[in-house]
Amino acid sequence: MALFSSLSERLNHIFSKLTKHGKLTELEIKGAMREVRIALLEADVNIFVAKKFIADVSEKAVGQEILKSLNPTQQVIKIVNEELCALMGSTNAKLEVADRPPTVIMMCGLQGAGKTTLCGKLAVLLKKQGKKPLLVAGDIYRPAAINQLQVVGGKAGAEVFEKGTQNPVKTAKQGIEYARSMGYDTVIIDTAGRLHIDDALMQELENIKNEVHPNEILLTVDSMTGQDAVNVAETFNKRLDVTGVILTKLDGDTRGGACLSIKAVTGKPIKFIGVGEKLTDLEPFYPDRMASRILGMGDVLSLIEKAQEAVSEEQAKKLEKKMRDASFTLEDYLDQFESLKKMGGAAQVLGMMPGMSKLKIKESDFDEKRMERMKAIILSMTRKEREKPEIINSSRKKRIAAGSGTNVQDINQLLKQFDQTKQMMKQFKNGKRLPFMR
Amino acid sequence: MGVFGKIIGALKKTKDNISSKLSALFAKNKLGDDFYDELEEILISADISVTTAEDIIDQIRAEAKAEKLKDKEFVIDLLKDVIEDTLCEAETPEIQYPAVIMLVGVNGVGKTTTIGKLANYFVREKKSVTVAAADTFRAAAADQLSVWADRAKVRIVKHEEGSDPSAVVFDAISSAKAKKTDVVIVDTAGRLHVKANLMEELKKMNRVVERDYPEAHFYKFLVLDATTGQNAMSQARIFDEAVELDGIVLTKLDGTAKGGFVVSLCGELKIPVVFVGTGEKLDDLQLFDAEEFTEGII
Repeated sequence: MALFSSLSERLNHIFSKLTKHGKLTELEIKGAMREVRIALLEADVNIFVAKKFIADVSEKAVGQEILKSLNPTQQVIKIVNEELCALMGSTNAKLEVADRPPTVIMMCGLQGAGKTTLCGKLAVLLKKQGKKPLLVAGDIYRPAAINQLQVVGGKAGAEVFEKGTQNPVKTAKQGIEYARSMGYDTVIIDTAGRLHIDDALMQELENIKNEVHPNEILLTVDSMTGQDAVNVAETFNKRLDVTGVILTKLDGDTRGGACLSIKAVTGKPIKFIGVGEKLTDLEPFYPDRMASRILGMGDVLSLIEKAQEAVSEEQAKKLEKKMRDASFTLEDYLDQFESLKKMGGAAQVLGMMPGMSKLKIKESDFDEKRMERMKAIILSMTRKEREKPEIINSSRKKRIAAGSGTNVQDINQLLKQFDQTKQMMKQFKNGKRLPFMR
Repeated sequence: MGVFGKIIGALKKTKDNISSKLSALFAKNKLGDDFYDELEEILISADISVTTAEDIIDQIRAEAKAEKLKDKEFVIDLLKDVIEDTLCEAETPEIQYPAVIMLVGVNGVGKTTTIGKLANYFVREKKSVTVAAADTFRAAAADQLSVWADRAKVRIVKHEEGSDPSAVVFDAISSAKAKKTDVVIVDTAGRLHVKANLMEELKKMNRVVERDYPEAHFYKFLVLDATTGQNAMSQARIFDEAVELDGIVLTKLDGTAKGGFVVSLCGELKIPVVFVGTGEKLDDLQLFDAEEFTEGII
């Protein structure tokens, strides 16, 4: 099942021996965290960052009660995911604005991270917000970098201020003066890509910073960066005290673990992500999406979230009792449809449920339209009919069919399916783990 | 500084890293699973893929007896052997003339800069060179390449921005045929390997060379940024599927990144590293040497 990534599978394997509910033990956590560690490393999370993270999470996870609605694998993933989100901070796509315009934004980063393109994207974003941005060409080293910025500026509809290959500190200063005189309220300074260990060029950035006092210093990082991301981010932050990070090229298939490393070593917010080659392809950063990407979990995480929302602990308990008493009615059946719908309802959701994955579930049984139809049928029944389906005779069936816009065969089918569900539930009695019900 | 000196110099930061980590590991003096786990971490921290790191550890496990493991030099020698052997698993192509070399890769890895340096490399080999500015997408890419062509003193064929890159390739090889040029180096736009339409465009350029210049020896090199992490494998795999890669050019080795993923590339995909880039100057490009690289990385 494509939905289950390797991490989920590996964890399932570890927990396969665990059949009962209960608390997560130290030993189980240790085994699980080994797998989480590999997942993080494969996503390019720096090894020391990963180790620290694992240590912190393990401490939190040991002794945690496994929620009724989740299996141990999901429980562990849930904890890991929550911690990842917490570590990556909140969504923060706001750019500082100067009390006295112009607001100055300075870009920095390694070669090829995507600074120049990003300048254009930021200009487009700012224009959308009603601002008047000016681009300043501070990359005097790379051949044709100024041309590139001019083309990008042209596409973004933003003027580019350039002074050829004169000292970029001077150009930046003049650019701001020019912006002030021309009524631009925001200045974006493009700078040359440079290695963090190139002392002379890093000094140049410090000089620009000291000259123009930017409101924002944005470190641009290629999301495909590997273990070295910590060195890069740490050095840039140490020398410039950056105000935020932008991750680029996230439209590729990188898991983007560098993001976690950067956040861990700088503590600075990740403000935006670049997701394409068009100048409008700039999005705010959402930690939850990034967490599932790093874990390679795709939608599994959101399903876990939704499962928790859809079924409260209390509901689950009530249902469990009903099943033990075999007092499960069509009313409860209707509730299940509702919960399933809340979760985006699909066969794959069922497949995720502990104990359910082994049962054969036909996808067609749970298609949305059919579910709507079944809901309509139940809603067309009287309360008494819902409590005691056995009283539904042929004249009642005709009435229900007319009321729900279906036909008698549909009613028969629903009743049959309800019966099967009840049968299925009986299998979970006798102390066996109950399926996660909705 | 000699040719090899540069690579070792470039990798020196890596060297300090790994050897110091190894020393710390041996100082703990505990063997067993923990030892192998940490050894694996040391390898991964050089951006060697998890799979490859596991393979290497398995080989060392098989060869090393617990007693011998106490000897740091023994483990280091073993590591060197395994890594160097892996790096040699892929055979480096020997460039024959007339040659067409097409550089492909994701955005920002240094394709255009590498072309400038490659052109210079062939000029030094006393070959005539034409560069084709087939990155017609990125703003001012052709202007950037023109500067490099001037520096290396080679001819450039370029069209308008936004024109068909295959047409640029066609013109470049037509002119190369007419002028009996030894090497045509084709710059291509950076593209993320997951974008199917852009990969199709690349295949089209590939077909133009194969169809219109069959007598040329055609080499397709993937340019990889040494700063890249595990995604390098995905890039290599997909570009290889699209155009059948003949080799890798590893760039930006003058930073602190290790580029350890090339071990996986050679081992798992059998794609050899041909050149390494160590700076932004015209002569900052060397032929890859597995022994030197291993020496540097361990």
